[in-house]
Amino acid sequence: MKLSLRDVHKAFGPRAVLSGISLDVAQSEVIALIGASGSGKSTLLRCVNLLEPIDDGVILLDGLDISEPGLAADAIRRRIGMVFQSFNLFPHMSVLANVTLAPRKVLKVDKAEAEDRARSLLTRFGLAERVDSFPDQLSGGQQQRVAIARSLAMEPEVMLLDEITSALDPELVGEVLDVVRELKTSGMTMLLATHEMGFAREIADRVCFLDRGEIIESAAARDIFERPQHERTRQFLQRVTDAGRL
Amino acid sequence: MNATVPGMSDLPGTDASGRTRRQEFERRQRRRALAVATTSTLVVAALVVILVPRTPGWYKVKRSFFDVEVFSTTFPRLLSAFVKDVQIFAWCAPCILALGMLIAVLRSVRAPALFPFRLFAAAYTDVFRGIPVILTILLVGFGVPGLGLDRPYNSPYLWGSVALVLNYSAYVAEVFRAGIESVHESQRAGARSLGLSSASTLRHVVLPQAVRRVIPPLMNDLVSLQKDVALISLIGPIEVLRQAGIDKSKYANFTPYVGAALIFLLLTIPETRFVDWLVARERRRTTGTAVR
Ligand SMILES: Nc1ncnc2c1ncn2[C@@H]1O[C@H](COP(=O)(O)OP(=O)(O)OP(=O)(O)O)[C@@H](O)[C@H]1O
Ligand SMILES: [Mg+2]
Repeated sequence: MKLSLRDVHKAFGPRAVLSGISLDVAQSEVIALIGASGSGKSTLLRCVNLLEPIDDGVILLDGLDISEPGLAADAIRRRIGMVFQSFNLFPHMSVLANVTLAPRKVLKVDKAEAEDRARSLLTRFGLAERVDSFPDQLSGGQQQRVAIARSLAMEPEVMLLDEITSALDPELVGEVLDVVRELKTSGMTMLLATHEMGFAREIADRVCFLDRGEIIESAAARDIFERPQHERTRQFLQRVTDAGRL
Repeated sequence: MNATVPGMSDLPGTDASGRTRRQEFERRQRRRALAVATTSTLVVAALVVILVPRTPGWYKVKRSFFDVEVFSTTFPRLLSAFVKDVQIFAWCAPCILALGMLIAVLRSVRAPALFPFRLFAAAYTDVFRGIPVILTILLVGFGVPGLGLDRPYNSPYLWGSVALVLNYSAYVAEVFRAGIESVHESQRAGARSLGLSSASTLRHVVLPQAVRRVIPPLMNDLVSLQKDVALISLIGPIEVLRQAGIDKSKYANFTPYVGAALIFLLLTIPETRFVDWLVARERRRTTGTAVR
């Protein structure tokens, strides 16, 4: 398994947010996390990226326990890419500087080489003309594509995508999803939280339904949408359908 | 936009001069605003010029504050004394910025091992922000040389500058800290998720944004430092304020003080304008269209 979670617990103060999450992600597998707002999707992804320490359980990356307290978290994080809902681009840097910062400062790649790689990544995502722009001069969709490119510049082994389209205007969602489709084709292992059920169904090998910090149901995309086994999954999907998001 | 756009003047909404209705409207607005501003300025200026000389004390004030002869003899001396103010400013400002930044960073670092430093930094800002500049100058400027130090370590320039640095760096530290705290948590998360260490995150992501944001308040502090340098005259050095005081006594006339004020303005006004320009340029560079 590329990534495994075993009985992961996480609480903020008295409030349990993740209550015993177990999940296996194989190499090149794409898993979608769905569930109501507040069900713990973001927290789960943040824990995997070691942005939040977990209270109990283990997280294994290639069999290595990365949840071990005291482990050099920076070295792990560079192997795991993460893209956030609201694009955390650095507003004081050009697009090119955003994408080259981590390779240069963390991997010590020299400037010219980092820029070459960044340019080819940005070109791949249709951003060749925007390398010298600043984030605030880009549309939301372009910003999000830059954020993905910035993550990929570190050549991560796993990508975590946290509702990367939910802050976007509907007409910009497509261009970002195209990028994710492309990542899947290239064999990237991905764990993504999403409210786009249609997209989850299309791209995910497996879909996990999260409710109050627990994975209630985990199945192939077709199965979970067509034959949900659990009452809560059915209710959730019903609500989503009623809201016109399926 | 259509690929086969005809000449601009053929478009609906443009007039004979080739301007669109919006451009025409904005021109009219600009002209009106300019006219209103000019008229009101002229009216106020005229009132001042006509009314002030009619006040009963004007003749005396004019003689003792705006004496042309005293002005022209003392002004060059004041200018050369002002060089000293500029020098003191020039070595204090970098020290203040560096020390202020160091204190601010110490206060913002969360590593538990650095707790004593955090405590020290907090105490430092509390103490020196709580004491008036002038008292710090008097205490440090008279107190430390009073320990019986030898030259050059008893110089009032040295200890006056130290007092300014102590006092101002406490203010500047608070400005930097506010800037550091204004950088959103998601920026840190973004940087850390890329594998940047917390030091790199501070250095490349947090501090550059923090500093840009606090440039205006920082410059306010520097402009006020430029003025407070004159307080050092209290412990001895002959800089512009002291020189003006000497000349005032010599000619029994206040005009040298007006001259000194003028010299300060000559420096501080361009300084503030320059900073405004810097800030505006940075904003134009990094943001999209400005909201009106
Ligand atoms: N730093 C925090 N401190 C306290 N509570 C938190 C913190 N972060 C998240 N929570 C709580 O944890 C719960 C799960 O939050 P999380 O953001 O993981 O949900 P989510 O499934 O991503 O929701 P959404 O779909 O709205 O993004 C919420 O109840 C939230 O209030
Ligand atoms: Mg979330």
